Amino acid sequence: MFHIVKKRKIFYIISLAIIILGLGSLLTRGLNLGIDFTGGNIVELKFNKAVTLEEVRTALADYKLEDSRLQSGGDNTFLIRTRVLSQAESQEAIEGISEKLGGATLLRNELVGPVIGKELTKQAILALVIAAVLMILYITWRFEFLQAIAAIGGLMHDVMIMVGMASLLQIEIDSTFVAAVLTIIGYSINDTIVIFDRIRENLRINRKEELGELVNKSLWQTMARSINTVLTVLFVLLALFFFGGNTISNFVTLLIIGIASGAYSSIFISGPGWYDLRRIQKERKRAAKAAA
Amino acid sequence: MKWGSVLRLFAVIVAVAVIAVFSTQPIFPNVKWLPLTQGINLGLDLQGGVHVTLEARDTEAGKVNDATMNQLLETIERRVNAFGVSEPVIQREGKNRIIVELAGIQDPEKAVNEIIKTAYLEFKTEDGKTIITGADLKNAVESKDQLSGQVEVNLEFNEAGTKKFAEATAANVGKRIAIILDGQVLQNPVVNEPIPNGRARITGYSSLEEAHTIALLLNSGALPLQTEVIEKRTVGPTLGADSLNKSVKAGIIGIIAIFAFMILYYRLPGLIANFALAVYALIVLAIFSGLHVVLTLPGIAAFLLSMGMAVDANIIIFERIKEELKDGKTLRSAINSGFNRAFVAVLDSNVTTLIATAVLFYFGSGPIKSFAVALAVGILTSMFTAITFTRWVLNTTADTGIKNRKLYGA
Repeated sequence: MFHIVKKRKIFYIISLAIIILGLGSLLTRGLNLGIDFTGGNIVELKFNKAVTLEEVRTALADYKLEDSRLQSGGDNTFLIRTRVLSQAESQEAIEGISEKLGGATLLRNELVGPVIGKELTKQAILALVIAAVLMILYITWRFEFLQAIAAIGGLMHDVMIMVGMASLLQIEIDSTFVAAVLTIIGYSINDTIVIFDRIRENLRINRKEELGELVNKSLWQTMARSINTVLTVLFVLLALFFFGGNTISNFVTLLIIGIASGAYSSIFISGPGWYDLRRIQKERKRAAKAAA
Repeated sequence: MKWGSVLRLFAVIVAVAVIAVFSTQPIFPNVKWLPLTQGINLGLDLQGGVHVTLEARDTEAGKVNDATMNQLLETIERRVNAFGVSEPVIQREGKNRIIVELAGIQDPEKAVNEIIKTAYLEFKTEDGKTIITGADLKNAVESKDQLSGQVEVNLEFNEAGTKKFAEATAANVGKRIAIILDGQVLQNPVVNEPIPNGRARITGYSSLEEAHTIALLLNSGALPLQTEVIEKRTVGPTLGADSLNKSVKAGIIGIIAIFAFMILYYRLPGLIANFALAVYALIVLAIFSGLHVVLTLPGIAAFLLSMGMAVDANIIIFERIKEELKDGKTLRSAINSGFNRAFVAVLDSNVTTLIATAVLFYFGSGPIKSFAVALAVGILTSMFTAITFTRWVLNTTADTGIKNRKLYGA
């Protein structure tokens, strides 16, 4: 059987490459931040008759909103992203455009002030840190500290890949991004724990076995479960992606990326990573002993 | 075959099927939603509605404090009640914010306009100083002058207001005092003489109806604070219904895929897991209904996601049973040790996910809270059904005499 632990460098390199690619995109293109973070208005209109992007833009110019980002949603719907508009301003513009282009139904109108975004970012980071600390504590209690570190390492791997991919694919990021990241963290750790549980059990049964072999064996014993669980979750996510409507498609896309990354990191990063941490710790101890 | 076990199994299957159909399917045309689904409220994003966050600012005349904020809250409550929306949410957030949520209204934009019309009334002198605000107002009544036929709104100030008004008019004889409502000058009359009795009037309306609206506005809404909409999310009813339909459809397709996969891969245990999943869904819906959970779009996503994860516990257990069978154990002991050994893994892995949902719940707002609750309820329920219910059904099935190990995946 393929030896995951022996070939672990390949998997580290694959992950590193994807992360570097994502970080590169993050530095050059940045994230496609939605109005939840930047502040602004999103207006979604469904016109009664077919209208072109140009017609909408021309109509917007009457309200000095020609700089807005326009996106056609099909079915005569348009998504218009503008700067922060007051209630009166947005109403005037919506009514004006609707009248000019043969009538329209307002599907949604969202306004987020610039203050909210800053608070949201602060809260999101705080939430991530707190969740990570609590999980380290729990895993240290139930398993051991090094496994907690390896699990959190896998989790940071997933977060970096999600953020990197969000930048690479220019997925619009809104407040649900925080929920997506935390869900993946929960899921990814869940996956890792099942593997660590098997390692814990194998350690009890067979203390003599070489650690790398033992980790590899545990990974393969849980492999069917790892793959099958990802599949069942992916079934739901793919159904939501294709049939769930575009309001949640960004959220679902991020979850799909995260689930894939979470399953990968649990098998190929956290398990072998823990093996490396153990090895380093042992060598240090040996070195310390030799020095003494 | 042991017919007692077969009968017991059959009874449970029928019972679950009956409960499922009667509690979720609209069988009776007049009762739209039955027990398990009627207690679940749909969020703004699923039925249309509006979420507004208002922020109050200090003005020259009034500072943001508990008293003024409560006054603002009361006024908004009175306005919102006028819409006749069932179960509106009106709550204070932090020091100077108020959140209003109205679900299921046909014209959310209009509602926002009505809510934020918090009629900020002020009287300003020529040099731009605010002398009186809405807080000094006691009453406003519209009337029609019998002689001239002119429509006007008569203002009556409270004690403090009367004093301020008297002083200001005394100091500004021959000058103008502007009456400003929400930043718009309604009137800019010249003060002819000091007015000591605390009465003022605003004229220039085209109809009695218009004057009545202004008087009502002033009475109910004249406030010492200025408010600004800092966050607003309105969803039209069409988009809401569309989102609901689409996610229900997506959910059904996803669940069918899970069902098919579980049967193809795990055979008999897979069938049992699917059955447990149906029980799981019923329990989750019952809990949602009991807790009066507001179901939002992310909430539905979490529910569906938790179904994908709910089978996980069963997958861990079945994989274990397969291993035990391959090791040569009997069916009964394989089932028992499979469950016992998988339990620790299921517990530890789910607790870590629960930690994530707890943090989400604590820090999230609105839809994200709903997402966290849905996920947490799902995880707890799935642990229960996977460990107790599946175990019972699997053991009963083994009791019936179906012992072909191939059916169990070995």
